[in-house]
Amino acid sequence: MQALLQQVVSGIAIGGIFASLALALVLIYNAMGLVNFAQGEMAMLATFVAYALINRGMSYWIVFPVTLVLAFGGGIVIQRVVIRPVERAPILTLVIITLGLATLLNGLAGFMFGYVPRSFPSAFSAQTIDLLGVFISYRDLGVMGVSGLVLLAVYLLLQRTTVGLTLRAAAHHPEASRLLGVQVSWMLALGWGLASAVGAVSGIMVAPILFLEPNMMQSIIIYAFAAAVLGGIESPLGAVVGGLIVGVTVNLAGAYIPFVGGDLQLAVGLAIIIVVLIIRPNGLFGRAATRRV
Amino acid sequence: MLQRIRGAPPRYWLVGVVVLFLVGFPTVISSFLASEWAQALILAIAIMGLNILVGYSGQLSLGHGAFMALGAYTSAILAHHFKMDIVATIPIAGLLTGLVGFVFGIPALRLSALYLALATFALAVVTPSLIKRPAGLTGGVQGIILTQPDPPGFAQSAYGFLTGIAMTSDQWIYYICLFCALILFWFAWNLVRHRPGRAMRAIRDGEVAAAASGVNIAGYKTLAFGISAFYAGIAGALFALAAGFVSPDTFPVSLSIQLLVGAVVGGLASIPGPLLGAIFAYFLPIESNQWVPSQSWIPDQIASTVKNAGPAVTYGAVLILIMIFAPNGIVGLLYRGYVALNRRLRGAADRETGQMPPNPQTV
Repeated sequence: MQALLQQVVSGIAIGGIFASLALALVLIYNAMGLVNFAQGEMAMLATFVAYALINRGMSYWIVFPVTLVLAFGGGIVIQRVVIRPVERAPILTLVIITLGLATLLNGLAGFMFGYVPRSFPSAFSAQTIDLLGVFISYRDLGVMGVSGLVLLAVYLLLQRTTVGLTLRAAAHHPEASRLLGVQVSWMLALGWGLASAVGAVSGIMVAPILFLEPNMMQSIIIYAFAAAVLGGIESPLGAVVGGLIVGVTVNLAGAYIPFVGGDLQLAVGLAIIIVVLIIRPNGLFGRAATRRV
Repeated sequence: MLQRIRGAPPRYWLVGVVVLFLVGFPTVISSFLASEWAQALILAIAIMGLNILVGYSGQLSLGHGAFMALGAYTSAILAHHFKMDIVATIPIAGLLTGLVGFVFGIPALRLSALYLALATFALAVVTPSLIKRPAGLTGGVQGIILTQPDPPGFAQSAYGFLTGIAMTSDQWIYYICLFCALILFWFAWNLVRHRPGRAMRAIRDGEVAAAASGVNIAGYKTLAFGISAFYAGIAGALFALAAGFVSPDTFPVSLSIQLLVGAVVGGLASIPGPLLGAIFAYFLPIESNQWVPSQSWIPDQIASTVKNAGPAVTYGAVLILIMIFAPNGIVGLLYRGYVALNRRLRGAADRETGQMPPNPQTV
């Protein structure tokens, strides 16, 4: 029982990381109806930037916000340069472009930083504390705390501020918003910036666990896809719940299903995606898609 | 007969020239180069499969590397565990993969293009670890080593008669690949010009309109998936034959990306596109790896990192640039140039005779 709880708790911690990346996916999906295949690579590149800054001797707690700001700017630049010219193109074109972006960023990171895995510092110690019989490391607690804060911040931004309202308006009714004086195209750029910053948090959180290298996010992005699909790809709340469920499920499957073990955990992510898409394509919190023909 | 030959449109002549070139090519290049071109042809077959799916039926698959892996392992397992002739396993691998693709296409029907892309991408990422698991069958991490076939007697004597040198097994494999590629390209060409091709394009361009016109949406979409997987399966089996081994790491995600790059660069929804795209996608990393270190002005450090980073940067940049500036790929560019040239030539002729060119839009 205690071992089970232990697995659940560490599942929740890793699930928080999936939730951040899934939330980034949801933000871009809401803005333009697109799944950003480059989200993981954008996060990875931001993490490399953080790594470079920390190596320069800057303190972790200064690097963290600086990286988020840089990632925000990077997201806006990417939207302006790469996505803007094809904003109205068919979805097939957009998906291929984000995939190209993912390949490009992955190659760039390899080009600049090499493929040797590097250890990335964590702000929290790996020491564990006893919490009602379950041992939790400060690192897991920190990951949970930071992920929770980010999710809360995004929620407040989207629901309680004018910028958030404009963002949502531009995403849901671009034509009407334009008539009301909203600069829709810049709102899309803002959405990309926001998603990039949120994704960067997941990269910085996961790097101490996985070691930093250009392919670090390749498995995390699959779990984030699974989380986003499970929660309903247009629901920010769904992304969070989905992330936690995927984290716990993958952890439990790895620990208790002998066939899965350590090396087929990723297949569990794939299985979640396929099962959800077949049984309930709208996910837990998504609305049924209505289509006008 | 002579009349028919003389009246054939120029593109038929072009096809003839290309086929003759591909047939005669290995007699003038080294055996090693022939094996490289065999790989490019294999890639062309897989890309043609992807092209039928993405270009003609409008369903995006990012997991065709997984279908290639299935074909390759089917062929390898039949040859290794069941001692079958490896050349004979090629059609079996294709049919099995096609069947799996057909079945995979059924749940894909319910998914939008985006979700399908997502699920197939996840499949491509997971494939290597899925292959490793049944280690008794697939050889686990080591994979399976295969013996390459020697050219049979008739090929030996024909080749020796024509060139005066003995045929190597690489050259024989090249001809097997060329044979498969010719048949499959011919099949694809016929497919897209007839009822199934028209139906697939109708579905791609407007699913509701197609359904209203009586096109069996589900049938043709799954059919496209099945045919596409069949092509990938054949390509996979040939891949195993040409490489002489299969291992989980021969089928990474980047293989699926490479296929997509080839399809997009060559030109989606075109028949010559996959061949051009395959040549680009196959030779770009090889040539750039040889070219960059050979340039003395590039510092060693940069040269070695370029080698390490591999073709990813170029692939990514090319994908983005092509999608933004030339969505129809090389074939689209060539066709546009041909039309512009034709118009200019015809315009000049028309000015001389004083006749207005016929307006193509008034039928």
